Amino acid sequence: MRPDHRAAGLSDAEYGEIIRTLGREPEHAELMILGVMWSEHCSYKSTRRLLSSLPTSGEAVVQGPGENAGIVDIGEGWGIAFKVESHNHPSAVAPYQGAATGVGGIIRDVLAMGARPVALLDGLCLGGQSCPEAAALADGIVKGIAGYGNAVGVPTIGGKTLYDGCYNSNPLVNAMCLGLVPLDGIVSSRTARPGQLAVLIGSRTGRDGIAGAAFASSGLADDTRSSRPQVQIGDPFVEKLLVECCLEIHSKGLIVAMQDMGAAGITSSSSEIAAKSGTGIRINADLVPLREEMEPWEIALSESQERMLLIAEEEALEEIGSIADRWQLDWAVIGEVTDDGLFVMTKGGREVVSLPAEMVGGGCPSVQWPSRKPSGGVKGRGVPSGLLDPPETARCLSTILEDPNLAERSRIYRQYDYMVQTNTVVPPGNSVSIFRVRENRSFVAVTMEVDPWKCSLDPFAGAAETFLKALRPLWVSGAKHLGMTNCLNFPSPEDPENHWILERSVSGLAAVARDLACPVVSGNVSLYNESPSGKILPSPLVAVVGLQDCNSPPLRDSATLEAGSVFLVGDTQGTLGGGAFSRIITPGAEHNPGDYVPLKEKDFMERALKTVRKEAAAAGRAIAGGGLMTSLAKMCIKADIGIGLDSAVLDSDPECLFGEWGPRAVYLVPERSTELFLSCWEGFPVRRIGEITPGGLTLDGHEMLPEETRAEKAGRK
Amino acid sequence: MTDLVWHEHTTLPRDTGLVVLPGGFSYGDYLRCGAIAAKSPIIDAVIKHASSGLPVLGICNGFQILTEIGLLPGALLANTSLDFICDFCHVRVEREDTPFTGHYRKGEVLRIPIAHYEGRFYLPEEQLRALEEEGLVVFRYCSPEGVTGEDFTPNGSPNGIAGIINRKGNVLGMMPHPERATESLLGSSDGAPLWASVNSWIRGRLGV
Repeated sequence: MRPDHRAAGLSDAEYGEIIRTLGREPEHAELMILGVMWSEHCSYKSTRRLLSSLPTSGEAVVQGPGENAGIVDIGEGWGIAFKVESHNHPSAVAPYQGAATGVGGIIRDVLAMGARPVALLDGLCLGGQSCPEAAALADGIVKGIAGYGNAVGVPTIGGKTLYDGCYNSNPLVNAMCLGLVPLDGIVSSRTARPGQLAVLIGSRTGRDGIAGAAFASSGLADDTRSSRPQVQIGDPFVEKLLVECCLEIHSKGLIVAMQDMGAAGITSSSSEIAAKSGTGIRINADLVPLREEMEPWEIALSESQERMLLIAEEEALEEIGSIADRWQLDWAVIGEVTDDGLFVMTKGGREVVSLPAEMVGGGCPSVQWPSRKPSGGVKGRGVPSGLLDPPETARCLSTILEDPNLAERSRIYRQYDYMVQTNTVVPPGNSVSIFRVRENRSFVAVTMEVDPWKCSLDPFAGAAETFLKALRPLWVSGAKHLGMTNCLNFPSPEDPENHWILERSVSGLAAVARDLACPVVSGNVSLYNESPSGKILPSPLVAVVGLQDCNSPPLRDSATLEAGSVFLVGDTQGTLGGGAFSRIITPGAEHNPGDYVPLKEKDFMERALKTVRKEAAAAGRAIAGGGLMTSLAKMCIKADIGIGLDSAVLDSDPECLFGEWGPRAVYLVPERSTELFLSCWEGFPVRRIGEITPGGLTLDGHEMLPEETRAEKAGRK
Repeated sequence: MTDLVWHEHTTLPRDTGLVVLPGGFSYGDYLRCGAIAAKSPIIDAVIKHASSGLPVLGICNGFQILTEIGLLPGALLANTSLDFICDFCHVRVEREDTPFTGHYRKGEVLRIPIAHYEGRFYLPEEQLRALEEEGLVVFRYCSPEGVTGEDFTPNGSPNGIAGIINRKGNVLGMMPHPERATESLLGSSDGAPLWASVNSWIRGRLGV
């Protein structure tokens, strides 16, 4: 029976291209392989052109996109390798294993750079809390991340979690890993030479996760249970052994090139090494350690977890083998690097696959989907929002604080070991996550953001604001950004309106990356996030890595202070569009998105960094979700302090009190530092809006934060 | 000086003072926690070390392994919340006359992290009573002010038990992580005196 190319996931045009290139029809195994490797997940065919518009180079960039992870320079010969990757579809089907293997996969991506994994973060977009299905998925996802991350011994130091009904049956799980690597010890996947051997180390290959990449490249079916065989099973203990084993082999200088086996397993790892190195590779399927009898194409595409592919010289084999044996890991030479440019797989002495390596590991033609601006209009219209008296302000604030999206997340992050390795300086539950690097005595700060509501209101400004929401808290904490990684979570690009939104979102990210010199060093794309019950909101997720030397300690986002001033820096007025106030208090009302003004952001950055350098404040918090009042409430709750606000210097409209967007922050400043603080912010809007008091958050003497709310939110009740 | 000892070895380095069984997920802990580690080749040497009266400290998974070996009584069961819990908590020092607690004062409250799924100590009621009567509980979960009780016990451990010692007084098992509380930069240095205590004790005993 001739396999149908469409069933393999290839379009008629792509199939025609394959026949033209090969000069023949592909064999069954070849067709299955190309179907997976030319899937969106592996090939980025719909977004390659778009992604090329993102700035990728900069002062600190050691390795940009194109490798398993990007690397930035943190000084004294050390680098941080990092990347975020989605595991959305698997987590929708089997939440525990889907999320767990997402963590495992991103750890191996960082390991493949020769880096020791030192921190994890997770971006979770979960369904509405009133939906039982979504709640079950959310619970499984969190347990999966905990189960894998805790056991593998890499701390989960932060991330981002939000809730919206659009994720009810299509949750997003974006896992990020950071690794520490000596700059002279970076491993590449483009350095293989003919005659060298391909060594597989790790778990035996089985029939799990076959063609998972293709599954991730289409919408979810109604009955997701039928997709379970396409989800992989994780074994964090083997992963731990694999990390230690590969780093030990690498420390002996025995690795020529390395690639993790993620999506499309042996096929992607070996063909990508060959394509990037400009060589061929010949894999003997008979040599692959198997758990069960498998067809050649299944061996080629299995996504069994916890496997790495190493390219090494023959002389190194004995030592590699003895190290792998000591770690009690299976290993085998499964092939060799050739000079014919072909990706060949043999079984029983017969060639079952013989394709140009470039065609498999990087040759999928780009697809240009049509774009159309959504007809309903993307921007909201400005609606005058009226004024709020203090009792109304208090009611709005307590309603906003009740919203799951504004609540604190200790129920989740307490399930993650965020301290293992003993370098976590600022743990989850803070605006920024920070770990210490002993090797060069520095602090590495990480933030993660996703804001689907602002992106659906205006994809350009919304994506830019998402990026800025990740940057501002870094600056306020005292860290200068080095680079970013992102995950573009969107519905099907084949819908012209979706595609237009995707394009505009990428433009927004590119603008900020360029204007503020925060290059993109790695990333991932996850399209087709839709199910029979609907599609997700545009959800580009951004994570930024920043650096601070250890001379000035990071500025915290709250502090227990007996007395002092509260300052607002930035515009008095924020903007309501896509923010918590419009979503929670006035649903249905349309508000404009904010404007992205690069110069203002730069001015803010310079002053925020100076404030920490000069130790001019006791605490600082970039204003984000829920605006000024929410930020102040969180400061009060966290440090158990009171703040008395002076209504004479504040406006009483929701734009001022609850508006978001743009560079704004609140600082707690001891009296003795007032002058120093003001000198740091010279030339930028800054005003004293209140003072620290013994208790309560008051506006004109009205209590904004009843004691019950305070105790409950602080977890004291 | 600290040496890492490989699980397949059968002897400890010469002149070993303290043996620490650290936290982690030994062999993945896919069976009962610590059950496989308790059978690893190095364990006989650990038992020998303990029977010579020298100190052995099991932290978290190490505590679980000590109960599996039988150097300490009881077992560690899943937290009552059925969640893994990673957090700072408070424990009260119940004894200052052990090799591990000489630098603390009895009743002192330590801020120290836990990170475990199976941390609820279990002993049949009668044995638990005996354990208490013999004063073998060294650390107990408590409020920041030192008050004990269910509300201040994160994992549901009976009597707030966080760490116990053997009758001979040289084998301590505890769920909290003193090694994660040695620098204020990381949130607490309340665990540091434990290391100083055992260091002093060994120096005194070995006369070095």
